[in-house]
Amino acid sequence: MAGQPLFDLSGVAASRGGAPVLRGLDLRLTEGATALLGPSGAGKSTLLRLLNRLADPDAGAIRFRGDDVRSLDVRALRRRACLVPQLPAPLPGTVAHNVRFGPSLVGREVDVGRELALAGLSADYAERDASRLSVGEQQRVMLARALALEPEVLLLDEPTSALDEDTRAGVERTLVDLGDRIGVSTVVVTHDRAQAERLAGRIVELRDGRIAA
Amino acid sequence: MTAGVHISLGEVAATLALVAVAAAVSIWRRADLERDLGVAVVRSFLQLTAIGYVIQAIFDSNSLWLVALLLAVMVAFGSITARSRARGVPGALGPIVLGLSVAAVVTLGLVLALGIFHARARYLVPVGGMVIGNAMTAAAVSLNRLADEVRGSGQLIEATLALGATAREAAGELVTRSLRSGMITLIDSTKTTGVVFFPGTMVGMLLAGARPLDAVRLQLILLWALLGSVALSSVIATGLGYRGFFTEDHQLRELDDAA
Repeated sequence: MAGQPLFDLSGVAASRGGAPVLRGLDLRLTEGATALLGPSGAGKSTLLRLLNRLADPDAGAIRFRGDDVRSLDVRALRRRACLVPQLPAPLPGTVAHNVRFGPSLVGREVDVGRELALAGLSADYAERDASRLSVGEQQRVMLARALALEPEVLLLDEPTSALDEDTRAGVERTLVDLGDRIGVSTVVVTHDRAQAERLAGRIVELRDGRIAA
Repeated sequence: MTAGVHISLGEVAATLALVAVAAAVSIWRRADLERDLGVAVVRSFLQLTAIGYVIQAIFDSNSLWLVALLLAVMVAFGSITARSRARGVPGALGPIVLGLSVAAVVTLGLVLALGIFHARARYLVPVGGMVIGNAMTAAAVSLNRLADEVRGSGQLIEATLALGATAREAAGELVTRSLRSGMITLIDSTKTTGVVFFPGTMVGMLLAGARPLDAVRLQLILLWALLGSVALSSVIATGLGYRGFFTEDHQLRELDDAA
């Protein structure tokens, strides 16, 4: 079930540390759940960082809902297309502070309990020190604070790579539920084909910076 | 304020006995510092002798223009030195020059405006030198710390930017910690002054024959003035220097590029 176009990439080339990572990529990402699948070094994470302009391509253009991402306010773009990092990076302070942080930058209040519930955490977590949680719990806090921005699309960079099997299954269930409950689109980077199939209706396979044939 | 003293070159040369002790320690422990020690002794002699003549000429002329020129040269050399110590911060020279200049102008301006010193070369040159020297160290230390902080917190910074934060918001905590490190050394030495060590100005005045209470009061004036100047140079150097790590679009530069 392909939805409206989210991102259109044309001729996108990018490098990291001087080495070419993406080589002339043409790709359309649509609403719904998409997995970017590929081995390490295929350019998946680099591609994800280009979508919300944490980095810019060396060549080519990226459009978000028809607008060149360079023409958009970069901070507004990041709130609309919010990235959840591969490894949890909680801000110093409580879980509630982490969840409120993004919305507070634009003067918006959030229902911390609701966001935590969406990410699969009980409201009891709100006043706990985020840095003292397990990695799995921290990853859910990362998800909750991204959801608090009410994004149109979540960009998830290997969201379960640091988790054990049971915790991973729980986070995967949460991600699948999110699409159903609040209709947020997801772009998930993974190197695990089975996970890609569990999490996404569409799989884009990358190899050596290009779409795999 | 103080009685004049005359120091002969022979008395200066006699102190080389203690340099010989340092060389002996280096040779004994194979620290390989003899060459550096030799360079340090020769350079300190030449540089201080040269600046002694320059200062003497400026004192004799008592020209405020010459004082301003000398202080500008000090700011320039201090900035280059601080820049070389803070190599990890891209584009640091501008913030350092501004930090040192503001520290010098505001500190000297205040001590003049408050009537603590007269606008004479005899006061402005040594006080300006101390202010700029301490401001230089504080800027270098705080920027060095900033480089370490940014390199150690890349993931957190990017995760914060990804939430729609500006570069300033993403780096705010790190800038504050770097500012603290630039200021804390002088604050700590100010706390322990007179107990753990005697600061240089006070020692110099005592050796020159000044009354101890006069020496103490002048030292307090300088220490307290320096607290203001290191705060100014650190806050400007870090408050502007963090920008070098980011693009205009609130992107963290690749850290290898930033090196």
